[in-house]
Amino acid sequence: MARLVLSGDTGALARSLSLIIDESGEADVLIRSFFPKSGSAQKIGICGPPGAGKSTLTGRLVALYRKAGLKVGVLAVDPSSPISGGAFLGDRLRIQDHATDSGVFIRSLATRGMVGGVSHTIFGAIHALEAWGCDRIVVETVGTGQDEVVIARVADTVVYVTTPTMGDEIQAMKAGVMEVADLFVVNKADLSGAHKAISDLKTALGLGREAGCGGWQTPVLGISALSGQGLPELLAGLDEHARHLRDSGEGRERLKRQYREEVSLYVSRRVYQDALSQMDSHLDELVDHKSDPPSVAARMLRGGAN
Amino acid sequence: MVGNPRRPLRVLIAKPGLDGHDRGAKVIVRALRDAGFEVIYTGIRQTPDMIAATALQEDVDAVGLSLLSGAHMTLFPQIVEGLRRRGLGSVLVFGGGIIPDEDVPRLQAAGVDRVFGPGTPLRSIAEYLKEKLASKTVAR
Repeated sequence: MARLVLSGDTGALARSLSLIIDESGEADVLIRSFFPKSGSAQKIGICGPPGAGKSTLTGRLVALYRKAGLKVGVLAVDPSSPISGGAFLGDRLRIQDHATDSGVFIRSLATRGMVGGVSHTIFGAIHALEAWGCDRIVVETVGTGQDEVVIARVADTVVYVTTPTMGDEIQAMKAGVMEVADLFVVNKADLSGAHKAISDLKTALGLGREAGCGGWQTPVLGISALSGQGLPELLAGLDEHARHLRDSGEGRERLKRQYREEVSLYVSRRVYQDALSQMDSHLDELVDHKSDPPSVAARMLRGGAN
Repeated sequence: MVGNPRRPLRVLIAKPGLDGHDRGAKVIVRALRDAGFEVIYTGIRQTPDMIAATALQEDVDAVGLSLLSGAHMTLFPQIVEGLRRRGLGSVLVFGGGIIPDEDVPRLQAAGVDRVFGPGTPLRSIAEYLKEKLASKTVAR
């Protein structure tokens, strides 16, 4: 199946993604075969509050990249219900124009209990899309707005989407995802207040960063994803950032950051699952006071390490 | 990594054709979400090809079609055919909307497993899917 994906087969990619996302037994084998292609696509993270227009913007980006003849993958993440475990994956609705385009692959993902706006299986999903031949991969986060910084450990280029009505420069000064964005986009820039929102963001950015720090000046762009206004500038900004990553060596650092996150999530899940699988056998000891929680934990961890 | 013993079932709810009456589809989306399904919704005005391609990319276990315009006899079989052409013959297809009783046997012969009319209790749709797809929740 891995070979089919590498040859560009859409059905094989769809099946592989499911095996990876469901953490099936075959996932590791697939990821190993896909990994040689890792790092070949520009991974663009789209984050921002709900309703800012992330999905509509994603749809626009897909259209522009297709016009440029590039192959595009989209991973759109929406939250799983903590109550039912179900999810409504609604991002796709705004990207459906590209449903039958063979150069576009869109997969909706549920967070399945992970916090931070992405799910941990996203790394494997990205490997699969790169193996399939994507030139650009757009990862659209859940849209919690403030704390989805994990996206910076997944994507090469982080776009923060906001709107003219999302608050003043005090909001923009807060820690969190505002710190990790490489490009700021004020969407719905046809609404009143757009100029103030843009200048507030620029002010907030100007408070912190040394001019020319790292050689990348974080742009603040006013766009309208609906009308298309400002999109050519955004596309140019994204390409510019890809060039910056390549030329400055920052791209290599970011790849390392992504792999560090992927491997540590892998290790922690493996250790966690292995350790917790023996949990039940220890609970009686605790109830009977034959042992204590720190000792049981230490024993479980030793067991999990081998 | 250890296999996931119970994954959530994935269902695509789609609105083929030209009618924009999507309240029924949205009610189903909501009910299935609350019953623990991962539900993808295409939105309105989808062609059979768009629906089949979406089912492929999303690798869903079932496709639910909602249609109130009367074009079900044309569109539903085309969607089933589009799924089969993409190797998705095992994906469960069910439908709902304004569909005359006399059309149901022919839709079933065309590969639509079940048609739910107005007034169907939401729980019975979730139960139907869980029963039909029971074998799929265990590792793929």
